[in-house]
Amino acid sequence: MLTMVQSIADAQRVALELDENVLLLGEDIGKNGGVFRATEGLWEQFGSDRVIDTPLSEAGIVGSSLGLAMGGFKPIVEIQFLSFITPAFEQIVSHVARMRLRSQGVFSNSMVIRAPYGGGIGAPELHSDSTEAYFVHTPGLRVVVPSSPYTAKGLLLGAIECPDPVLFLEPLRLYRSRKEEVPSSYFTCPIDKAKRWREGEDVTLIGWGAMIPILIDASQMLIEQDISAEVIDLQSLSPIDEDTIFDSARKTGRVVIVHEAPRTCGVGAEIAARLSEEVIDSLEAPIKRVAGYDVPYPLFALEHAYLPNVNKVVRAVMELVYFQ
Amino acid sequence: MLINHLLPCGALTNTGSAFWQMISQQEKIKLLHFMRFVRLFDRRMVLWQRQGKIGTYAPVEGQEASQIGSALALNKLDWIFPSYREQGVAFTLGIPTTSIIQYWSGHIEGCKPPIGYRYVPPTVPIATQLPHAVGAAWSIKKRKEDAIAIAYFGDGATSEGDFHEALNFAGVFHLPVLFFCQNNGYAISVPFEKQSATKSVVDRAKAYEIDEYQVDGNDILAVYDVIKNARKKKRPALIEAMTYRTGAHTTADDASRYRCEEEVRVWLNRDPLYRYEQLCIKEGLLDEEQLTKEDEKMAIHLDQSMKEVEQKTPNLPSGLFNHVYYQLPNWLEKQQEEASEDVNNGSVHC
Repeated sequence: MLTMVQSIADAQRVALELDENVLLLGEDIGKNGGVFRATEGLWEQFGSDRVIDTPLSEAGIVGSSLGLAMGGFKPIVEIQFLSFITPAFEQIVSHVARMRLRSQGVFSNSMVIRAPYGGGIGAPELHSDSTEAYFVHTPGLRVVVPSSPYTAKGLLLGAIECPDPVLFLEPLRLYRSRKEEVPSSYFTCPIDKAKRWREGEDVTLIGWGAMIPILIDASQMLIEQDISAEVIDLQSLSPIDEDTIFDSARKTGRVVIVHEAPRTCGVGAEIAARLSEEVIDSLEAPIKRVAGYDVPYPLFALEHAYLPNVNKVVRAVMELVYFQ
Repeated sequence: MLINHLLPCGALTNTGSAFWQMISQQEKIKLLHFMRFVRLFDRRMVLWQRQGKIGTYAPVEGQEASQIGSALALNKLDWIFPSYREQGVAFTLGIPTTSIIQYWSGHIEGCKPPIGYRYVPPTVPIATQLPHAVGAAWSIKKRKEDAIAIAYFGDGATSEGDFHEALNFAGVFHLPVLFFCQNNGYAISVPFEKQSATKSVVDRAKAYEIDEYQVDGNDILAVYDVIKNARKKKRPALIEAMTYRTGAHTTADDASRYRCEEEVRVWLNRDPLYRYEQLCIKEGLLDEEQLTKEDEKMAIHLDQSMKEVEQKTPNLPSGLFNHVYYQLPNWLEKQQEEASEDVNNGSVHC
């Protein structure tokens, strides 16, 4: 039985064992095993040439990882918190995402950038942001978010196998929230597919990462109201698995999209736009978003007011069900 | 101390005489030919821009010694990370003229390095290629290759965070990377004294425990010597080549707004090509007849290259989508069909 953070460490262990070109780079990932222990035991097993404690220098880490990727290595980078990725933003959007295109296929840009993200754990200021939309808006990247220990390992190994650069966002709130059986061997989950956690007939709830347990709880509460909700875990924010969400929306006719990030131009906006372009004829009510407010992520005393929760989701569903 | 082998008048210094004895006849002639070719090429590019044949262009003139002297000191396995003003480096290393023209004509195909080349597409943001060179040097070190990585940049780049992050990594991990700064005095219009409180770029090397060389960047012999020497050591080094772009920042810039004629005149008197030609005349290496023939050949080569670019460069919407991902994913396949449809229905003319 592993927690999500343990399964992430395990995925990296398997990747390091399997391919000698895999390198881990990041701040405090060596002797310390990562501030969340996501690289626990790897420095001891693989040494400081492969599990590399770098200077505190996000642009330096990502930029030099691109050089390593061009030289045929497969870097797995840990950014300590997604909120701290901004110094590397230019490296990611201007270079990592474009090197294959700019060299017309000659130089590799294959790497995984891991970052813990999201709120709900009472973390200090600027440790809880959900800025996934910046990266979903950047062609050339893929963005993947797991929501369980099992899928975390399978998706991370899938991301490592992928020749494209992948931003792998790890919901902080789920790191240790539950344990489950995770095979110790190599396995992958497809990194471009959504996952249906619950089948339902009346409404589709779409979310990812730390929102999934909330959506499952909401679907449970809705059963009491005789409403059957389908829960879809996007998993891949870029690309968006249109087939799965379109099929579900056509079936239920109602969609609620839930994310922690601010509402405006969040990934929910993109999903809503695509639904309105492709399945509007099947919808019985407007598409609804439950999201963070358009304010900077609050200090933790107010994060409960900012974040989506079960009650907010249930209320949104009720609005759609009783929409005239 | 400024390393200087060749004075503006074309006379060798003491160190210059020693270096001149060490290099072969063939090397000496190569240096001359590339300087002449690059100047011709660069002037032709400016002309083509004026004629509307290529887009905005960043001229090299004045910096040929820095670019050719450094490029000729490199080896086949070395990784090269140029900025956007390194046509002299590209040309010297054998990047096809057609590729350089394609790039400045707005075609991404011009970024593609020939097979086996580790010549990276020019980096347009400032200083962001330095961390890439660090990573490439890391890969060289890990694979125990007989090579180095070199990053080209200007004096303005030394104010960017990526410059400092890269030098710090290189020092911490002892990587074989050369940071080659062409200090041409200006970052567009801002002079170096407003860029930095330190008197020179090399002053920063001490902070990162890496080697430093300051060299007369208009002296091709000194640059050639310094880079040969630095690359042999396989250690991180910051090299500052003191030079000057005699033209504008780009063809969209008017340098007279921020530089006085007198200053430009001073630097024209330190011209890198003139001084090397003077030396070659003195040493009996300059064969006028031969050079005229070479110039004519070069002019024909340039015209043919331009013709080839105009005739053969593809200009289809598929160029938007190729190589954005390793394989064209299905969601982009749909958008590619959309783009083709726009051509078919006449919304877009190709």
